[in-house]
Amino acid sequence: MNKKFIIKMPLNNLTIKQAHEGLRKKEFSAVDLAMACLEQIKKIDKKVNAFINVTEEAALTQAKKVDEKIRRGEKIGGLEGIPAAVKDNILTEGVKTTAASKMLENYIASYDAAVVKKLKTAGMVLLGKTNLDEFAMGSSTETSYFGPTKNPWDLRRVPGGTSGGSAGAVAADECIYALGSDTGGSIRQPASLCGVVGLKTTYGRVSRYGLIAMASSLDQIGPLTKNVEDARMVLEAIAGRDEMDATTIKISKSNFKSQDFKNIKIGVPKEYFVSGMDRGVEECVKKAIKKLEELGAKIEEVSLPHAEYGLAVYYIIMPAEVSANLARFDGIRYGYSILGKGNPLQSPLNIRGEKGGLYEVYTHSRARGFGDEVKRRIMLGAYTLSTGYYDAYYLKAQKVRTLVKQDFEKAFQKVDCLVTPTSPTVAFKLGEKFDDPLTMYLSDIYTVSINVAGVPAISIPCGFVKNLPVGLQIIGKHFDEETILQVAQAYEEATEWHKMKPKI
Amino acid sequence: MKLTKEQVQHIANLARLELTAKEKEKFRDQLSSILDYVEKLKQVDTKEVAGTAHATGLENVMREDKITSASKEAKDKLLEAAPISEKGLVKTRGVFE
Repeated sequence: MNKKFIIKMPLNNLTIKQAHEGLRKKEFSAVDLAMACLEQIKKIDKKVNAFINVTEEAALTQAKKVDEKIRRGEKIGGLEGIPAAVKDNILTEGVKTTAASKMLENYIASYDAAVVKKLKTAGMVLLGKTNLDEFAMGSSTETSYFGPTKNPWDLRRVPGGTSGGSAGAVAADECIYALGSDTGGSIRQPASLCGVVGLKTTYGRVSRYGLIAMASSLDQIGPLTKNVEDARMVLEAIAGRDEMDATTIKISKSNFKSQDFKNIKIGVPKEYFVSGMDRGVEECVKKAIKKLEELGAKIEEVSLPHAEYGLAVYYIIMPAEVSANLARFDGIRYGYSILGKGNPLQSPLNIRGEKGGLYEVYTHSRARGFGDEVKRRIMLGAYTLSTGYYDAYYLKAQKVRTLVKQDFEKAFQKVDCLVTPTSPTVAFKLGEKFDDPLTMYLSDIYTVSINVAGVPAISIPCGFVKNLPVGLQIIGKHFDEETILQVAQAYEEATEWHKMKPKI
Repeated sequence: MKLTKEQVQHIANLARLELTAKEKEKFRDQLSSILDYVEKLKQVDTKEVAGTAHATGLENVMREDKITSASKEAKDKLLEAAPISEKGLVKTRGVFE
């Protein structure tokens, strides 16, 4: 590789592999890499608002350690010294972890999440914590207590959500890669809207220990990267059974081997291409499917008959689990509280005839600490789990969940993976969907069924509509990340979308 | 279907959220329209179907029933996060007051 070219290109624009090669060949140092990212953050983050917290000093200290290792002639791992950003709902010890909420505005994590521990061991340089919708609830990063992140491709538009900060940071080259979390599309949809790669693994592939829980049967942590091979590298570093998360599974690598592309059968679910969908998105995705066919894959139409119920299943199960998971925010042990503020609680008598008792500590701390979307979902969940409604809503949703999952399993008897659009639209304008919750929820219509079924999926750039990115979603069998990465890589190698950068 | 004011108050109690009258009206409308949307699951026949709790079918993952104590350092970090603490304990309002 032309040495002059490497030094001229801004280091923050590199991929993980390119950065690793440069470090290995001593073309630049880990501190150089970190500085380049930090410079970019200083230059543009006031406009983009991808970061809630930048940990500059710690990042440079970590980078220096890696440089010392290189100086001593020691071999470095593929992720060592590579600057990364972590979504602010993933705990990082000693560093504020806010979930983009007033409730945790000043909360300092007392331990590292399992994925953070793994990446630290692998030598990650942590640049900072990225913005998200509050408690990972939303589809645009607009519910963040710290203001929305703007899409680097058009600062008047949303980056998608809830990992909008992570997606924006990767798209704007403020970091080399980032971590996000995905419960109903929160890695894939922002990846699609920001023109980057986003991978949600099979449920149970990556530990949720240290992820601020939203919906425990749906949440997964995953990477947002500039290309597919980077996503694969991060996946390998963070996946694995964890004692601290009983829902993780040990998988032997030999289970799935890569196949000859000419033998791959790709299914296109007919329910995902409905009349009235955005024409530009439809065109890009159909062209991408044609490209896959040109590359040798066999394309087949399939049906996921319960596709139309996926969103309803999600909006019953997820809020129910949210209501249970957010019950821990009680103003007693951590987080925002009306206690300790020196003001005696002034309030009328509550239903128990008490004035300013324990009950009020809960109700007032939570009311003031949480934003509207969080309250909506907690209440939805409380209702659907309550006596008299549990069977009609939650239990029913669990059963339809089985049917949604079976749809995928049946389809995978005929094909190896599925392709669909990731998002029904390109990035919409800030404020456009904010006032109607249901309109916002429909942004996730193509992504939620994947979490409901627990299968893996990746979103990769496949085109543009009026200079706004479009994402292609590739969905795989349970634990078959290998096939979807392979298909994604083949498409990426035959196209140039992933090389395009926004002008900020 | 439209939730009644009483139902919204009941839900707010269950959720331990203090809401203003204006908020109750707003959430009443929004929750009702979301519930309308999810009603469509009634159309699905689930007579012979068992529910899915864990997407990849794990059951009963156990560990040894061993108690390990946290270090003083860890305990201190946890106490630091509490709004009021006293003598190494988190302080709360009376439960039975």
